[in-house]
Amino acid sequence: MKKQTLVKLMSTAMVSSLVLTACGGGSTAQPSTDKPADQGATEENKAPQVLRLNINSEPPTLDPGLAEDSTSGTLIRQMFEGLTRIGEDENPHEAAAEKIEVSEDLKTYTFTIRENAKWSNGDPVTAYDFEYAWERVLAPETAANYAYQLYVIKNAEKFNKGEIKDVNEVGIKATDERTLVVELENPTPYFLELTAFYTYMPVNKNIVEANKDWANDATDKYVSNGAFKLDKWEHNNIAEIVKNDQYWDADKVQLDRITFAMIEDHATAFNMFENGELDWAGAPTSDLPTDAIPTLKDQGRLNIYPIAGTYWYKFQTEKPPFNNVKMRKAFAYAMDRQTIIDNVTQADQIPAMGAVPPTMGLKNEGYFKDNDLETAKKLFDEGLQELGMTKEELDVTLSYNTSESHQKIAQAIQDQWKKAFGIDVKLENMEWKVYLEEMHSGNYQVGRMGWLGDFNDPINFLELYKDKYGGNNDTLWENADFQRLLGESAVEADPDKRKQILAQAEQILMDEMPIAPIYFYTKSYVKDDKVKGVLLHGLGDVDYKYAYIE
Amino acid sequence: MARYLLRRLIFVFLSLFLIISATFFLMKAIPGDPFTSEKAVPKEILESMMEHYGLNDPIHVQYVKYLGSVVTWELGPSFKYKARTVNDIINDGFPVSFTLGLSALFIAISFGLILGVIAALYHNKWQDYTAMVIAVLGISVPSFILATFSQYIFAMKLGWFPVARWGSIEQIVLPAFALAALPMAFIARLTRSNMLEVLAQDYIKTAKAKGLTKFKTTFVHALRNALMPVITYLGPLSASILTGTFVIERIFGIPGLGSHFVTSISNRDYTVIMGTTVFYSVILLFMILLVDILYGIIDPRIKLSGKGK
Repeated sequence: MKKQTLVKLMSTAMVSSLVLTACGGGSTAQPSTDKPADQGATEENKAPQVLRLNINSEPPTLDPGLAEDSTSGTLIRQMFEGLTRIGEDENPHEAAAEKIEVSEDLKTYTFTIRENAKWSNGDPVTAYDFEYAWERVLAPETAANYAYQLYVIKNAEKFNKGEIKDVNEVGIKATDERTLVVELENPTPYFLELTAFYTYMPVNKNIVEANKDWANDATDKYVSNGAFKLDKWEHNNIAEIVKNDQYWDADKVQLDRITFAMIEDHATAFNMFENGELDWAGAPTSDLPTDAIPTLKDQGRLNIYPIAGTYWYKFQTEKPPFNNVKMRKAFAYAMDRQTIIDNVTQADQIPAMGAVPPTMGLKNEGYFKDNDLETAKKLFDEGLQELGMTKEELDVTLSYNTSESHQKIAQAIQDQWKKAFGIDVKLENMEWKVYLEEMHSGNYQVGRMGWLGDFNDPINFLELYKDKYGGNNDTLWENADFQRLLGESAVEADPDKRKQILAQAEQILMDEMPIAPIYFYTKSYVKDDKVKGVLLHGLGDVDYKYAYIE
Repeated sequence: MARYLLRRLIFVFLSLFLIISATFFLMKAIPGDPFTSEKAVPKEILESMMEHYGLNDPIHVQYVKYLGSVVTWELGPSFKYKARTVNDIINDGFPVSFTLGLSALFIAISFGLILGVIAALYHNKWQDYTAMVIAVLGISVPSFILATFSQYIFAMKLGWFPVARWGSIEQIVLPAFALAALPMAFIARLTRSNMLEVLAQDYIKTAKAKGLTKFKTTFVHALRNALMPVITYLGPLSASILTGTFVIERIFGIPGLGSHFVTSISNRDYTVIMGTTVFYSVILLFMILLVDILYGIIDPRIKLSGKGK
């Protein structure tokens, strides 16, 4: 038995080494394709259209309905296509649907599925596939963590929570092969963005019904409808996707193959890039080693782009001293964000003086001044007085989850608070899941958290603080006016008016300051110059449909 | 012999049972669960997930169920990797770790013994000092430094080997050497000190007096007797090296079992935590048993019987 596995292993080792040397040979041979003799060739690109990337870790699942993390999401997005797809302009465009009609009250969407949309096994993509996929995600027995992404659909939440047993009451109806009618709970201005998200992607009804384990390995049961299809999945080692010839827009797809190595160590992945074994290192599928960033920046090789995410400190608003709003504001105003970005994080992050990232455009100039020591000191003294405390009685602990980068930021802020108020703040770090439990149960004073947008709308950031026990709130802060404004925004059909309402809500959040925003996230990467056409989106995801090797 | 083996086997099962119980209850005592995440999930969804994975049962029910699954070796689905079962993870990861570990063991034992023997034969001469400098370096330089260093020199500067990943013979070399350094140094030192002791024994003088070649005295008479402590050390070493190591596998991007020992805990992937622990324990206990049996073969004076201890 052992012998057999060994023999098998050795033979796979040799086969894959052949494949590897083949790939290696291809890339080293590349410069020779620049020879003038090739200029007469009719094909545009003579370089082998293979993109070699690192995806950092094993994707937990490749089933669009069960996925809930960015690693799985990245692969699924390349292989599946929703009704819409986010384009270069960051707006959703028709994809698997060729026509989208919206009713007057903005609550009924009628999608016409593209006639030539096909699955990778040649089956036509039908409206029934979408209906089946969405209802499958919502069915409680599927135990899909991301089912709540579909809660904007009429009765979806009730069905998922078991309050409604009849699936026909859910607002998803395929009326014929090519028509899907969706009813929503409320007018949802970002619904067409949601339909591009992986939880909304279709699955092939016949395949999935017949095979429970269809998505577990790269077999002919793994059928997808996007630009690429799965060719190889060696768990924990490598996944490879190849161009899907059945894809309706296959003419626009130039890459023949993308390989996703699963290298967890950022330094190793970066070394592989430097050694020509990878074409790309860093975001969005992985990260660069932090100590390489300053050097790469000096060399002018580093690419940085903003994404919709905010790094913030949360205040526990029921425990002294942060039950006092002036205290919260004092601590938030005393931070010197620009200094932290210049000296600690060093990847051109944007100082955050508001909760909603500038890519969503509510109020880009912010709601207060960075490093406003004067106001901070004044508020601090007033706050102490209101609390009836002296400076010496103040006992503040700043918590973060164990990580070098969070620690460095915490130390910098500890120092800034000491300089501003002359107090010693204690630092406390915890393992990630322990930390989450402590934060969710309000067992902290100030703690770091971050939020990366799920879809491109301010509500995604503001909603977190709507309910005291909302699950993502952690601050135990609640405000009736804030809740009322968010409620109004949900039913407001006019986009400009809605934006104003949301800006008012953010104003309240910053006046009450249950959170101290620190910076808006950026992502950084290095790539081989010959890689072109990769679409990097503001939400941090990536699309390789139009990518090519020059 | 048979009675001795039986008694030892009973001990193996008892230890295994204790390890499983201790791990199970310690694991349940850590705060957080597989579904704790930064983006909170509605309560009802969490409930149905817990139900789906049988985490709503009382803890003693879960415990008994788990013991049953160990007996049948059906270790259950992974919580984090929805496409995989724990059996899949072990079946895929172990052959990789085993191949790498076996190469490293081979390097460690052969180089370690040679260095140790040379050092002992040329006691307090330059050969001895050179071998011991290598051994001290091997013990004191952590494997991750050695790994990064060898990546830099042999892959990036000299281009002899790929930086990382798994699949070809060239890709085994660097991680195997990085992994072998520490046990090699340890074996060299153990061999040296035992050889020195054995070489001073009367029977070696007799062997020399009989006119046997230096080769024969060293490798047949001396080394065999100097090997006992090395064998003792090899038992637990093989268990840990063959089931994979976190650091080396991570640095070289090797899809072995090593990383699961660590990441399963931070993921609170209960079934994987248990599965890897049980698997490792089985191998460790088996190796220790094997070492005991080997004693009797190498030194016939040791009787493997339950009596007379």
